[in-house]
Amino acid sequence: MKIVACIKRVPTTEAQAKVGADAKSLDSTGWQYMASFYDEIAVEAAIQAKEKHGGDITVLTIGPSEAAKEVREFLARGADTGVILKDADPGSRDPRWTAKALAAKIGSLGPDIVFTGRVATDRDNAAVGPMLATYLGWACVTEVVALELADGRGTAKRETEYGVETVEFALPAVITCNKGLNEPRRASLKGIMAVKTKTIAEEAPHDSLAQAVIVAVELPPARKAGRIVGEGVAGVAALVDALKNEAKIL
Amino acid sequence: MTSAMTTILVFVEESNGTPRRASLECLSAARATGMTVAAIVAGPGSEKAAAHVGKYGATKVVALVGAARWSSDAVARDVAAVARELSATAFLAAATATGKDIAPRVAALLDSTLLSDCTGVTADSGALVATRPWLAGKAIAKVRSTAPVFCATTRPNVFPATEAAGTAEIVTRNASSDGQAVVTSVAEKVGGKLDVKEASIVVSGGRGLRGPENFHLIEALAAAFGSAATGASRAVVDAGWRPHGEQVGQTGKTVSPSLYVAVGISGAIQHLAGMRTSKIIVAINKDADAPIFKIADYGLVGDAFEVLPVLTKAIEAAKKH
Repeated sequence: MKIVACIKRVPTTEAQAKVGADAKSLDSTGWQYMASFYDEIAVEAAIQAKEKHGGDITVLTIGPSEAAKEVREFLARGADTGVILKDADPGSRDPRWTAKALAAKIGSLGPDIVFTGRVATDRDNAAVGPMLATYLGWACVTEVVALELADGRGTAKRETEYGVETVEFALPAVITCNKGLNEPRRASLKGIMAVKTKTIAEEAPHDSLAQAVIVAVELPPARKAGRIVGEGVAGVAALVDALKNEAKIL
Repeated sequence: MTSAMTTILVFVEESNGTPRRASLECLSAARATGMTVAAIVAGPGSEKAAAHVGKYGATKVVALVGAARWSSDAVARDVAAVARELSATAFLAAATATGKDIAPRVAALLDSTLLSDCTGVTADSGALVATRPWLAGKAIAKVRSTAPVFCATTRPNVFPATEAAGTAEIVTRNASSDGQAVVTSVAEKVGGKLDVKEASIVVSGGRGLRGPENFHLIEALAAAFGSAATGASRAVVDAGWRPHGEQVGQTGKTVSPSLYVAVGISGAIQHLAGMRTSKIIVAINKDADAPIFKIADYGLVGDAFEVLPVLTKAIEAAKKH
């Protein structure tokens, strides 16, 4: 089974937002980076599929050369090849641009299945997976929490607001992974040593014109200062009164 | 571009023949742009739901009928075809699990990018501008689109669902049946439990609850409020105390209810990002220095085990009057 896992290097969830000098971007000074949380689940799904069905895994990302750190971590966990579609200006891209660039590369790799996170935790679009599948003309199941693959077909479960859907599909397919699908493993020391000197290919991404134009970036408005209504059980009456008569919630 | 002459198409979800609330909010957001609103309804109850959609400002409603089973890729192809037939210059869907599954495919079929989970869609000098959170709400971006079709999803619970005068022309259209991925069964949530993204009141518990066996206190308070959902912090979800679907925060769900009650949650930056757009925030925590109090409208310093039973009774009593 030929498997691709798409990952994105994003700021850690501890990163603080500070508006950049152009007022159209964020100042990344001091940020640390990591693979997007859900991409960890995508890579684990890829490794589990390889363990069960054999084959090889390509970890594919779009980003700067520094993303080699995240790619290498996933090679240490069990992926075989890493490719960075080197993009010096990831901040100006939009989901269509990214999906088209990934589709161009994935089309040439010809995998049976592509795993990616349900959303990247920087721009929060949750759009690239299904857009990529649409450009490839493949099946796609989003926000997957359970997956079975057999004989060129798959069955996935996805959680919605009202219940759990079971979805059947034929390969090739794009699966976007949600929390609950698996518990990502850590790399073994042996795995880390084995990939230490492995080269990670850098290629130019397929380029198209981005359509999203950022007009302004702001910090969210500060919340109106609140107050402590009381302490312990004695404060309950004041809280209920505030909800009823000030907030008019009850 | 955003005159009444141009059409904005809204994808409407239904449940048992009733449009879902998040879709009605999306219709209202579409109407506020001043454009002509058209809607497309998919699902087994689409025809019945279509009759309600006219009350929310749509002048034309297309009901997709005859689909034996749900397929998001087939629905997306039908939606994109209707968008082309109506020469729609904008397309909106609610950022629900279904809307997020459909909208990116529709956008790709229209070779247009998607602006996801928007908290604002406004017409500004002839063009639509979307407001959307980055980093789960730590920053807010205003974004225009040069795409052939402005495609966006709207965050549930942010836009008001308001009725409008007028009736809609309703047409039916045979749904495509060539889905690549098909829903073969749905296990409905027991007791119709509300999702944190859709509920107007969310009561969340954190590590301060000390163990999964104590979350009945959170559930009882949620039940006292009436239509409330139960949420959780990442710490208690990772510990396996609560299901993943309840997690509020940067690596969980981002919510904007009318009332958010955080119990025993200290307020890590990742959690605050996921709930800071709630209209009213109540924090109950033993630690008076907990960061959650900095963004709470009303704080109660106290032990959850002492406060919650009394608060639950008091809310029940207040609801009766």
